[in-house]
Amino acid sequence: MALLEIRNVSRRFGDFLAVDNVSLEVGAGEFFTLVGPSGCGKTTLLRMIAGFDQPDTGQIVLEGKNLEGTPPEARNVHTVFQSYALFPHMTVEQNIAFPLRMAKTADDQIKPRVAEALEDVRLADKGKRYPHELSGGQRQRVALARALVNRPKLLLLDEPLAALDAKLKEQMQLELIELQREVGVTFIYVTHDQGEALALSHRIAVMNHGIIEQLDEPSKVYGFPKNRFVADFIGTCNLWEGTVTSAGERDFVLDLDGIGTARAIPNTTTKAMPQPGQRGCLTLRPEKLRIAADLAPLPEENSAAGKVHDFLYLGDVTIYIVNLDQGARIEAMLPNAASGRTRFFEVGDPVKIAWRVDAGHFIDG
Amino acid sequence: MANQPAAGLRARMARWPVTAPPTLYLVLFFLVPTLIMVLASIQYPGEFGGLSPILIEDQGHTRLDITLENYQRAVSETIYLQLFLKSLWYAIVTTVLCLVLAYPLSMMIARSNKKYRDLLLLLVILPFWSNFLIRIYAWMIILGPQAALAKGVNAALGAVGMEPVSLLFSPFAVIVGLVYVHLPFMILPLYANLEKHDPTLLDAAQDLGANAWQRFWKVTFPLSLPGVYAGAALVFIPALGAFAVPDLLGGTDAIMIGNVIKEQFREARDWPFGAALSFVLMAVALLAALAAAWAGKRYQQQAD
Amino acid sequence: MAGATRSNSATRVSRPLLGLSLAVYLFLYIPLIVVIVYSFNASRVQSGEWGGFTLDWYNKLLHNETLLNATLNSLIIGVAAAAIATVLGTLAGLALHRYKLRLLPVLVLAPVAIPEILQAVSLVLFFNAINLTLGMVSIILSHVAFCISFVAIVVRSRLQGMDESLTEAARDLGATPWQAFRMVTLPLIMPGIIAGALMAFTLSIDDFVITFFTSGPDAATLPLQIYSMIKVVVTPEVNAVSTLLMLLTLILIIIANKIAPSALQAK
Repeated sequence: MALLEIRNVSRRFGDFLAVDNVSLEVGAGEFFTLVGPSGCGKTTLLRMIAGFDQPDTGQIVLEGKNLEGTPPEARNVHTVFQSYALFPHMTVEQNIAFPLRMAKTADDQIKPRVAEALEDVRLADKGKRYPHELSGGQRQRVALARALVNRPKLLLLDEPLAALDAKLKEQMQLELIELQREVGVTFIYVTHDQGEALALSHRIAVMNHGIIEQLDEPSKVYGFPKNRFVADFIGTCNLWEGTVTSAGERDFVLDLDGIGTARAIPNTTTKAMPQPGQRGCLTLRPEKLRIAADLAPLPEENSAAGKVHDFLYLGDVTIYIVNLDQGARIEAMLPNAASGRTRFFEVGDPVKIAWRVDAGHFIDG
Repeated sequence: MANQPAAGLRARMARWPVTAPPTLYLVLFFLVPTLIMVLASIQYPGEFGGLSPILIEDQGHTRLDITLENYQRAVSETIYLQLFLKSLWYAIVTTVLCLVLAYPLSMMIARSNKKYRDLLLLLVILPFWSNFLIRIYAWMIILGPQAALAKGVNAALGAVGMEPVSLLFSPFAVIVGLVYVHLPFMILPLYANLEKHDPTLLDAAQDLGANAWQRFWKVTFPLSLPGVYAGAALVFIPALGAFAVPDLLGGTDAIMIGNVIKEQFREARDWPFGAALSFVLMAVALLAALAAAWAGKRYQQQAD
Repeated sequence: MAGATRSNSATRVSRPLLGLSLAVYLFLYIPLIVVIVYSFNASRVQSGEWGGFTLDWYNKLLHNETLLNATLNSLIIGVAAAAIATVLGTLAGLALHRYKLRLLPVLVLAPVAIPEILQAVSLVLFFNAINLTLGMVSIILSHVAFCISFVAIVVRSRLQGMDESLTEAARDLGATPWQAFRMVTLPLIMPGIIAGALMAFTLSIDDFVITFFTSGPDAATLPLQIYSMIKVVVTPEVNAVSTLLMLLTLILIIIANKIAPSALQAK
């Protein structure tokens, strides 16, 4: 049985449908992420799980028990807030002891458990400090220690890394993964940052306009997006619209608008071979494109020709924007690993691109 | 968040211990008295002061005994109309003078080093915390006939062959007192506004060719208007209803509407007429407050 | 950077601005200084003449029964009114912050927005209507009525400055609504409540207009006493009372500043 079940939950604010009939299950010990643009309903869903808000319809079930009517304090669920919400008038120790005191833990138990929690987040020497005396990363860790000290069944994290700078963010991501593995508590993580979602999670639910667009493992969400929104929201992606002209045994031929004809394989999930005349969209990640001044496509490759319109040098990789001769504008990525050079082409250079028949992911309809 | 139908009744019940006590108190000791005042303004005065009853026995019938005479008197007798106009005039002059005095000070505090701002502001508020009557009394000393100021002024006037004047018990003294008592009400909202201004706006204006004068009139002042409106309302309204300041600093011809209201309740014992004057004063005050709120809101909309 | 910032802030306050500001500060302080200086002046006549240093006026105060009685009345009224107004005002501040209400915001803001004399007049009519003899009780009831607003405004602004998620965090970590209020909200708004209480006390001690109307013949307060001293015959004892009152206020402000440095900007 799943630890948490969300069954047909909806929540409306006036005319705005924040959460639209959402159902999902989260298993024990899972690191589960809700990702989506702002206003997609992810925070509303999180607040309903925590008990700060009630669904208009549907149920939230934790360990088989319907949480309807259970106030936040009676739920075995804790939250790490975006602002951390550390009590400014309490020391770090007092903050961490708070949930233990609320749970009427025996006094002689509180001290060792607070000390242990501080060890877990490597802040053993900061117990007597006040929150305002700590750095952003340290506050973040206190918030985690406080929320985890009495081992809730479920930990909700609301954009906890949003306030940190890029370097610290990466470090905290690693710490979060490690911490979750150590304590074994189920995490439900809310973020608008798709990179963060991919890096941290066991499973990801991509939300938009109150519904879940796709719920899958990170590699599936990235590699086999279910629809155009997911493809576009998770990572960067070329979305090529086109019409199926003929279908074969294993693959089919598409006429892609502004690009030309190309072979592709059916949708990996549905495995349905599209019929000639059907419209669809081929999604292709920039790193799966080969780009060169001149190239001969391999037997299993499609190709097209164009001119470099612009490029973005990002250090590790360079992104090339190419205007194809047929009219489409595409994005290709080249790693700068091998050469000492910072760029391979100049603006205006004629180039050829190629991609494997099975590199793209076809979205029907 | 916005509406929680599920929380419904229970949440409403939980409000009561918090909202009910202050609401009840203010209904009983603010709203009801105000309504009684409105009612009193259409009653007849009692034989020995106070109010005559609203319902009277008249040939076996009970009838309503109310009148609009009090308002007719307040509007038709020119002395009261003049008094209202004079009070308005004093309040307007006070507001303008407060603005003129408060602006440079607020601007100076808002632009000075962050470390000293709180101290400089505290120095503004400090005299304000001393007793209200003492602040008026101080001006009775300073403007008094035997004080150096009056002697100096009259010596100068005498030198050019003019009659000596009394500084105290004059419209001048009333205005000085009103300005002195209400000045912080102008400084605080002005400062609160000016303090939020982004200093780079002035740098940008200068960079684009505006001189100091233009920078003030084209950037600082328009942006400070919400603070000006708030301050003006906070000074104008109490100044209009002032009673202690003209009572102590004004002479017989520098009385304001507040003094006449007081007279109706003390010496003249004509409560209904006093209530009618009060109601007119309240209407003017509320109009001024609404005007300030409307001006502030309109400005806000322009800014959005 | 440091050099640039300093020169920048120096140029922002120009010399004429500084001069004008100084003049306004003088305007604010000279009257009070005059009163203090006169309280030590041996000359009975309120003129520019300096009759030598004396503490006579302070000595006379100590033997002025009426004045001492009035002071005691003022203190009783001030403490009682501040205590009641602080409780009711704090509740009002909480209510205004938490709930969307129609009536209460108007009731809280209107007394501040209309001239004091109107509140005084309406209260006299009200006490007459309910047949309450004017005296200490009517004064306290009236003072509470205008002090609630100020306490409520200070407490609400304190609540507005508080991170909303703090109370949610407390609930989330197992606190009941009452525990969350007692252990998180209350300690955090306490400086505001104390500031509100001090403000209510000073407003009550200081009030003249409303007290003037709502007091009876046997309940003179200090401001009423001062009024009769300066209205009819001015005796130099007033200067001494005034100076002592200023000292008291100063002490209160220093206490307030120690407890809640941010509270003083509220009034």
